[in-house]
Amino acid sequence: MDGFFAAAISILFLGVSYAMVLYIISVGLSVTMGLMGFANLAHGIFAMAGGYLTTTMMNDYGVPFGVALVFAAVAVALISVALERTLYSRLYGAGELEQVLFTIGLIFMAVAVVRYVWGPLPQRMLLPEILRGQIDLGFRVFPTYRTFLIVTSLALIAALWLGIERTNFGAQIRAAVDNRRMAESLGINTGRLFTLTFALGSGLAALGGGLGADILAVEPTYAFEYLVYFLMVVAVGGLGSIRGPFIAALFLGVGDTACKYLVPEFGAFFIFVAMIGLLLWRPNGLFGRA
Amino acid sequence: MFRPDPSSPISPTEQLVRRHRLHPLELLPWLAVIGTYFLLPGYLPLGSQVLIMILFALSLDLILGYAGIITLGHAAFFGVGAYTAGIYAIHVTGEPLSGLVVATVAAGIIGLISGLIILRTHGLTLLMLTLAIVFLIQETANKAGFITGGADGLQGISMQQIFGQFRFDMFGRTAYVYSAIVLFLVWLFARLLVHSPFGRSLTGIRENITRMHAIGTPVRRRLVTIYAISAALAGLAGALLTQTTQFVGLSVLSFERSGEIVIMLVLGGIGRLYGAFIGAAVFMIAKDELAKADPVFWYFWIGMLLVLVVMFARGGILGLIDQALSWVRRKS
Repeated sequence: MDGFFAAAISILFLGVSYAMVLYIISVGLSVTMGLMGFANLAHGIFAMAGGYLTTTMMNDYGVPFGVALVFAAVAVALISVALERTLYSRLYGAGELEQVLFTIGLIFMAVAVVRYVWGPLPQRMLLPEILRGQIDLGFRVFPTYRTFLIVTSLALIAALWLGIERTNFGAQIRAAVDNRRMAESLGINTGRLFTLTFALGSGLAALGGGLGADILAVEPTYAFEYLVYFLMVVAVGGLGSIRGPFIAALFLGVGDTACKYLVPEFGAFFIFVAMIGLLLWRPNGLFGRA
Repeated sequence: MFRPDPSSPISPTEQLVRRHRLHPLELLPWLAVIGTYFLLPGYLPLGSQVLIMILFALSLDLILGYAGIITLGHAAFFGVGAYTAGIYAIHVTGEPLSGLVVATVAAGIIGLISGLIILRTHGLTLLMLTLAIVFLIQETANKAGFITGGADGLQGISMQQIFGQFRFDMFGRTAYVYSAIVLFLVWLFARLLVHSPFGRSLTGIRENITRMHAIGTPVRRRLVTIYAISAALAGLAGALLTQTTQFVGLSVLSFERSGEIVIMLVLGGIGRLYGAFIGAAVFMIAKDELAKADPVFWYFWIGMLLVLVVMFARGGILGLIDQALSWVRRKS
């Protein structure tokens, strides 16, 4: 029985830290999809860029982890604004197929650039001394990095939710997701709002990519490999929702870890089945509106 | 159901016959197929790959171009066909034609089942579900190593002679002719299908689904039907690939393959049957040339091409030709 609880706690712990990374990466996607209805499959390239920038700065230039993360997030946010203004904005009114093709094109280009610059092998994450090893939380010993990941992510998520609920900017986003035309009639500049949200979402994705570089391996096929996970978080959580994806990410993170730990011979089979089942039960996601 | 317009001088039957009438230009691809066989014997192995991809793209055109179902998981059915043909050849018989039939039926059944499940949804959820299906099937093939060979692929496939007469030769002559004949038959079938009232109703669903519901079309049944047909044809293409290369690997089920086939179709032009021909041919030949020179940057060029097509040439190559022709006509 003891062994069972020990296993359950490890699964829960690993799953939750994985879920945090998934949520931080995907939440921006949920908002941009809800706000502009843009099927941005290329969202993962921002997380990938964050992972590459963070690991390179830490491994090659000895930049401290925290600084590297912030720098990567800001850099990626700026790049994403440039992309949004020059390319994405031309396709806002276009059909779903055009948006899908365009963003797949972006992924292909990003994969090639990354493979050209960094080579085909996954990047190693050299954690700072303080994050290696184990930490004693009183009742059990846990890996320090994962604990740090959960604590940092929770702080970030709390800040994000507070920002969305309490600030004027957050209220504008909520208004525009609810009813874009009405928000425009009230004088909210939804175009500018979207650019800012896009930058915020991409920056968060980069942060998630950097934070989780030890969990989601930073390699050229990143954006393809995890695309289905990011999309699942958003689709199951409900487009435009901020909290839905959190629940979906927890479900996916813990479920996926449990599957790989308990029934490795089936791999991710059951998690896909569960996701398909969930989406058939609620096609608009757990917290989506019809 | 259908009331002819009394002022129209042509009857509905006549309209139907007219649509099916063959335009001389439609024979152009077939001249190219025959010409390749006689003029470029060194390129026949690549040629059969191109023919198989045309077949695969054609199957995708039926759902993407005509019915407007956006899918990123069409490789699922290609892969099911490929694996079924391989497993059938190893465990049952190496006779190719029955292998094709079995693989087509298997892919069609998987298509029917998944279509019944996922076509309840639409938009992003549907797109995600098509992706989930291809990952699900890939994971199954990866983990069921005892029958699929897992990550090593399915080895030891040996094909018998077609009709006990034509051996698959090392120059790829038999493979080429075999693929060309299968493609020709599928083309006849697809042509018949899209010009039929059934095909027209698909276009109607793509253009205005609400109106099609309103006039009493069984929309979901039509969509599931074409999805299953398309899946079966994709499986046929996969089976051809297995039989002509005598190997199946996990890559037949990859997301990249799903993406590539969409790119080929869009490059040629969707919803017009011949986009599949021109898109797959251009893509495969360019891949053969460019990927040899620089395999890393090949993906960059594809991505760039895709972005350019979406920005400037939504009708693909055939769309551009149309535009050029109408420009010339206006000038003269």
